[in-house]
Amino acid sequence: MENIIRIKGVAKAFGKHTVYDNLNLDIVKGECFTLLGPSGCGKTVLIRLIAGHEVPDAGKIEIDNVVVADSETGTYVAPERRTLGIVFQDYAVWPHMTVYQNIAYPLKMEKRPKDEINQLVMRMIDVVGMNGLDKRLPSELSGGQQQRVALARALVADPAVMLLDEPLSNLDANLREEMRFEIKDLQRKFGITVLYVTHDQEVALAISDRIAIMDKQGKIRQIGTPYEIFEEPADMFVFKFMGIANFLKIREADGKFYVGGGTQEVSLNAPKANVGHEWVVGFRPSDVSVSRTDGTLKGIVRRANFLGATMDYAIDIDGETLRTEIVTHEAISSNLMFKEGEEIFVTFKALHWFDAEQLKEVEE
Amino acid sequence: MSQSAIKKESSFGVAHIILFLAIAILVIFVAWPVLLILFNAFFVGGKFNSKDFIAVLTEPDTFSALKNSLVIASMTTIGSTIVGTFFAWLVTRTDLPYKKFMKGLFLVPFMLPSFIGALAWKMLLSPNAGYINRLFMRIFETDQPLFNIYSYLGISLVEVMYLFPFVFIQVCGALERMDPTLEESARISGAGLFTITRKITIPLVLPSIMSGALLIMLYSMAHFGTVAVLGIEQGIYNIPTLIYEKIHQSAGSFESIRTGAVLSTVLVVTAAAIIWAQQKILSKGHYQIIGGKSFRPMELKLRGLRYPLLFFCLAYIGFTILLPTAIIFMIGSVDTYGVPLTWANMSLANYKYILTEYDVTKDAILNSLSLGLAAAAITMFAGVMISYVIVKMKVKGKGILEFLGMLPFSVPGSVIALGVILAWSGKFGINLYNTVWIILVAYVARYMAFSLRANTAALEQVHDSLMEASRSCGATMWQSLKDIVIPLVRPGMISAFFLIFLPALRELTVSIMLYAPTTRTIGVAIYTLNEDGETVMSAALAGIALILIVICQSIINRITKKAGE
Repeated sequence: MENIIRIKGVAKAFGKHTVYDNLNLDIVKGECFTLLGPSGCGKTVLIRLIAGHEVPDAGKIEIDNVVVADSETGTYVAPERRTLGIVFQDYAVWPHMTVYQNIAYPLKMEKRPKDEINQLVMRMIDVVGMNGLDKRLPSELSGGQQQRVALARALVADPAVMLLDEPLSNLDANLREEMRFEIKDLQRKFGITVLYVTHDQEVALAISDRIAIMDKQGKIRQIGTPYEIFEEPADMFVFKFMGIANFLKIREADGKFYVGGGTQEVSLNAPKANVGHEWVVGFRPSDVSVSRTDGTLKGIVRRANFLGATMDYAIDIDGETLRTEIVTHEAISSNLMFKEGEEIFVTFKALHWFDAEQLKEVEE
Repeated sequence: MSQSAIKKESSFGVAHIILFLAIAILVIFVAWPVLLILFNAFFVGGKFNSKDFIAVLTEPDTFSALKNSLVIASMTTIGSTIVGTFFAWLVTRTDLPYKKFMKGLFLVPFMLPSFIGALAWKMLLSPNAGYINRLFMRIFETDQPLFNIYSYLGISLVEVMYLFPFVFIQVCGALERMDPTLEESARISGAGLFTITRKITIPLVLPSIMSGALLIMLYSMAHFGTVAVLGIEQGIYNIPTLIYEKIHQSAGSFESIRTGAVLSTVLVVTAAAIIWAQQKILSKGHYQIIGGKSFRPMELKLRGLRYPLLFFCLAYIGFTILLPTAIIFMIGSVDTYGVPLTWANMSLANYKYILTEYDVTKDAILNSLSLGLAAAAITMFAGVMISYVIVKMKVKGKGILEFLGMLPFSVPGSVIALGVILAWSGKFGINLYNTVWIILVAYVARYMAFSLRANTAALEQVHDSLMEASRSCGATMWQSLKDIVIPLVRPGMISAFFLIFLPALRELTVSIMLYAPTTRTIGVAIYTLNEDGETVMSAALAGIALILIVICQSIINRITKKAGE
């Protein structure tokens, strides 16, 4: 495996606001790599650094074994010489050029022969499903179509790496779902390396070979496959970021683990006892099953909400609250339509154990 | 990526070249002349001397010019604000008939150069020779004129007629963009229309009214034409006319330049203060309640007053625009000023003479057209470049440029004229005095603000990512500017061009101080003909100028309409 992008010890600050103080990241040739993090954590800055629209304060960036930015030697390669494709969050499709002219521009800059340009552009237009729209101006296109033009423009010159900056965030939900599979398809078809930046964990899980989770301070918390990130989160931040999460405080006594202040024990995936340590277990609504008759823990339904397709329950277990959802028709057929105040039994299918210290960060 | 790509970056060098050029243009054209004025105002014999500055200010004629500027500007501001606000309210918030048409009509005064307007009013209302006054005296058999236009009130009224659109435009815009729910919720709460107007509407549009008023104040303080035409006979001088008189009489003696420099300093400081106040008012928080969207505002039913008010508006336009224009054309058709205006006395002889035989006027038309075109083109390109640095570029030293970029807005025409005399009459190696070039240099400085405003607005619409996208597609910085930025700001550039060309065509304030016998502009030719007593010739040339302005304006309207599509 060869790394196509290497980021070593990069620091970047705008005025007093530090985005990164020491960022290290490698992206493997041919993979779809997603940088996932909350808004304002500096994801876009990374793309701009790689593309050359920003200069790092410290550190070194390599693309395809060429140093494009190195603060020590003062190296800085201009954006136009980095052979990258970029799709911007706002598409940045040029409003005064037709679809054809937009897509042909990178080839024109490479001074390719006219008929070759024509052939490549028409093929690209076909690939992104824009046949017959080549003479339209961007103002005559929908958001999704502009998005496709931006993608085609980024891909047409066959760049080594394609950078995508939240390209789906301005689309409606249906289109977003459709486009993310198309992006994945294109990536496979062209065998291109993709760096995708987003705050949407669903997109990240759907398209990535590897994901890096970045926190608000611009630190990378975990890098791994979608499965690793989802099932083996490095810490509570990663776990919480990957979807709705429940946390229960755990009391440790005599090497055993009890929920809240009560006496009901949890043992699934339990760590080794460590006296004086405070624990929290984390789980997703889908990791919980409920019953009227038996289960690991007994609780009381505090609130029952009918949400149409699902029932949403808030359950009190020894002073701790957890939330879970059951598909409504299943709840009806299995006699699991609880009313407030009723007794309920809960069983966990999976639990993640975290240091209680981390709770402060995610509850901010 | 080829190995040749590993080079040290050069586009930062390019950025610095552009920044340097932008700063150089502003320094050479604007900052340097202004600096020379300040230097001449405060330094005597190379030494700082503020006592002398005060001494010059307190001389009787300078002091009275200061006072006159202030009095005329205040009266004009108050009058224009009342007239502009009233008409703006009428065409946006009432059910006045033909509102759209009327709104367009109220902008017509912009097209009539105020010194030509002043000339017309002189012909109508000068105490002894004015046609209206003579008619009045004949009918009522009195030797008291109806109204003496050679007075503070006369000068101010004429200025109001041609300046009120500044307030009108600003207030119309604010009233149209104001969210009507603000007024509706007051009405639901039980407030009457009077209370709503007093407590909701007026406070909301007050910043716009104030900003328009300040604009007029600034304009009137530094206004040359009207006061020159109507005031000089009665010895009413304001700051610009006194500067002109001093420089003109003494052919540029040290004393006169010093007085001019001191007066100019006062103008610059006042202008800076006014612009500062205007920005402060416009950036106040409550102004933001007025959004960018257009709403359908609440309209007051005028009922029985609809047609009387429409008639009033039409009469106002007729009296302030049609009557003066008509008198210009009529006087231009007779052979001597003062003869009865009958068909028998009129002919096209003057117009023919001016266009085909008289060298002064032929030169003037040619000079104004070429100066206008050249100044508009140069200023347009320079403005794009400077605005680009200010809006888009991230380079060190941009702060200097932002400061310099504010300067053109606060330097009135007569100050610029004096500044270019100081800078370009040979003291620093280059002598442009008495050539057409010195006028061009002054025009560029005078209209830079227009270009900066139009181009800044256009560039702010061009998102940074559009240029970054082209860079990442392999285009160099120059290539991106050429392919992406310039095409996208072209409408802004075109409008800047015409915003400069039209006023330059009729410019008087700057050219009157810089002209030589062969470098008269249209404005100067009209003014000097009038001064020399050639009233009918000046009227005929004014008539031709008006036709030229209308033609250019309609061409512009067509082009900008196309560019906007």
